[in-house]
Amino acid sequence: MSTAAALAPALPVPDSPARVAARRLLAHRSAMVGLALCVLFVAVAAAAPLISPVSPIATDWSAIRQAPSWAHWMGTDELGRDELARVIFGARASLLAGVVSVLIAAAIGVPAGLAAGFARGMTDTLLSRIVDAMLAIPFLVLAIALAAFLGPNLRNAMIAIGVTTAPIFMRVARGATMDVMTYDYIEAARAVGNPAWRVAVRHVMPNIFPPILVQGTLSIATSIIAEASLSFLGLGEQPPTPAWGSMLNAAQQFLTQAPWLAIFPGAAIFLTVLGFNLLGDGLRDALDPRGI
Amino acid sequence: MRGYLGSRIAQILPTLFLVSIIVFGLQQLMPGDPALVIAGESAGDPALVAQIRNELMLNRPVPVQYLHWLDNVLHGNLGYSWRLQEPVMQLVEQKLPVTAQLSVMAFLFAVVIGVPMGILSAVKRNTAWDWLANGIGLFGLSIPTFWLGIVMILVVSVWLGWLPPSGYVPLTQNWVRSLATTVMPAFVLGNAIAAILMRHTRSAMLVALGQDYVRTARAKGLSEWVVVLRHALRNALIPVVTLGALQLGALLSGAVLTEQVFSVPGIGKLVVDAVFNRDYPVIQGVVLVTALLYVLLNLITDLLYFLINPRMHAG
Repeated sequence: MSTAAALAPALPVPDSPARVAARRLLAHRSAMVGLALCVLFVAVAAAAPLISPVSPIATDWSAIRQAPSWAHWMGTDELGRDELARVIFGARASLLAGVVSVLIAAAIGVPAGLAAGFARGMTDTLLSRIVDAMLAIPFLVLAIALAAFLGPNLRNAMIAIGVTTAPIFMRVARGATMDVMTYDYIEAARAVGNPAWRVAVRHVMPNIFPPILVQGTLSIATSIIAEASLSFLGLGEQPPTPAWGSMLNAAQQFLTQAPWLAIFPGAAIFLTVLGFNLLGDGLRDALDPRGI
Repeated sequence: MRGYLGSRIAQILPTLFLVSIIVFGLQQLMPGDPALVIAGESAGDPALVAQIRNELMLNRPVPVQYLHWLDNVLHGNLGYSWRLQEPVMQLVEQKLPVTAQLSVMAFLFAVVIGVPMGILSAVKRNTAWDWLANGIGLFGLSIPTFWLGIVMILVVSVWLGWLPPSGYVPLTQNWVRSLATTVMPAFVLGNAIAAILMRHTRSAMLVALGQDYVRTARAKGLSEWVVVLRHALRNALIPVVTLGALQLGALLSGAVLTEQVFSVPGIGKLVVDAVFNRDYPVIQGVVLVTALLYVLLNLITDLLYFLINPRMHAG
């Protein structure tokens, strides 16, 4: 090491944008509450067989519609099944549907949005018109119709929600791509002779990731509600496998005799969705300091 | 104005064409032979199955089937309900006023709750009022409509006995009973829209409150509420009205579940009953009509925005 280099004052190294965003997110109190809720429900879903007191489909004819007690913390349902076990296992269908639907939506919407924003012209016009047409049909109406025509099960519900959510991802990816395309480094990447696909994949795609991440988190919340709605209508997970939406549907018949059956699954949906909404809002604030 | 209207209609036509393809395409997703599904318990009768196949042109190529279907739609024929044995168009005409009443009431609830909360939140930024309004907004966005409906039935109808838990009485028959049966579903339906309106109003008000004309109004010595309501809100409301009107699609989505929970016989209940009974023409018809309504409402909103925003005339 030269003497000059050794004597030079150590300059502060600027933090990377990712590190700055992570620090902002960690300092965002409501986002941390949201993250805690998300982690809690993911852990409950993952460890369901370990933490559930009994099997969620085990019936007990001597314990039908029992109110919450020490033996059954959330009571029992019309077949004597333990409500706590069903709420714990129900987290699996909701979270799986939330995450898989968003992955399906992103897998369709992001490449389409990237192509539209990158190629512009006819590609953009055609893709944008398709998105306009899909967005013209109210979200849940289209999801219900798709799930009804595909057949009632969790897999088809996830496909229906994913396909219906895809236009939103396409819009976000298209807008972000058009923004990124105005930057000098894209011009530089083109000037050095990179083929179009390489510029799109290596230079544009990583830079449209932040808004996609925010949209993904908020869309998980929407997808969980959509899955619960489809299950509520009998188009999601089929009995006897527990799902929060179908549990609420069954609970409606016993509202006067067993109100607890309507309280706990709904509260679970609410808290999970609240968690993802808080986290999504926090991510947006952390990644876009201009946002109010 | 005429030129703007023409260009908007020119944009809508390809959208409607693609919507028609999506709605027709739903039928192609059906597992198995649609003729057998339609025949139901009579699927063992080959003559009946062949007749259904001929009537629906199922033995012709898909593009021909589409053109046949589109021709019927353009002549107001949305098909025939397999279960109710009535034209789908007639069913939609019967149910639409019920959903319209519910939606208008829900939108009024949303505006009455969402806009003042947004104003309060912006004016009292970073105070307890702001946190409270944001908390209520987040609650509205996170609570599933159908669960809120069930909880309200439990509390308001079962425990307190204040309102009927379900059913519907038309406005023309008995307006008091009509309001009593729709006020709870309308509140539930308007809740999520109120949360969205609250967020939009807060954002728009924060922008407006930072503008020079607000500073000038304050410098003139006007009271804070006059500044907020007469100067800031008037300008902030333009984007809020537009964005609020765009939530009408969410109202139609929400109506599906709300009508099911409260047994209100509107379009939403019609589509849910059709799903339970695998009455596919009704599902297709309702999807097409709601999409058409949504596109038309958006067009009206755009035109209103054009009329109330002087900057667009200048442009």
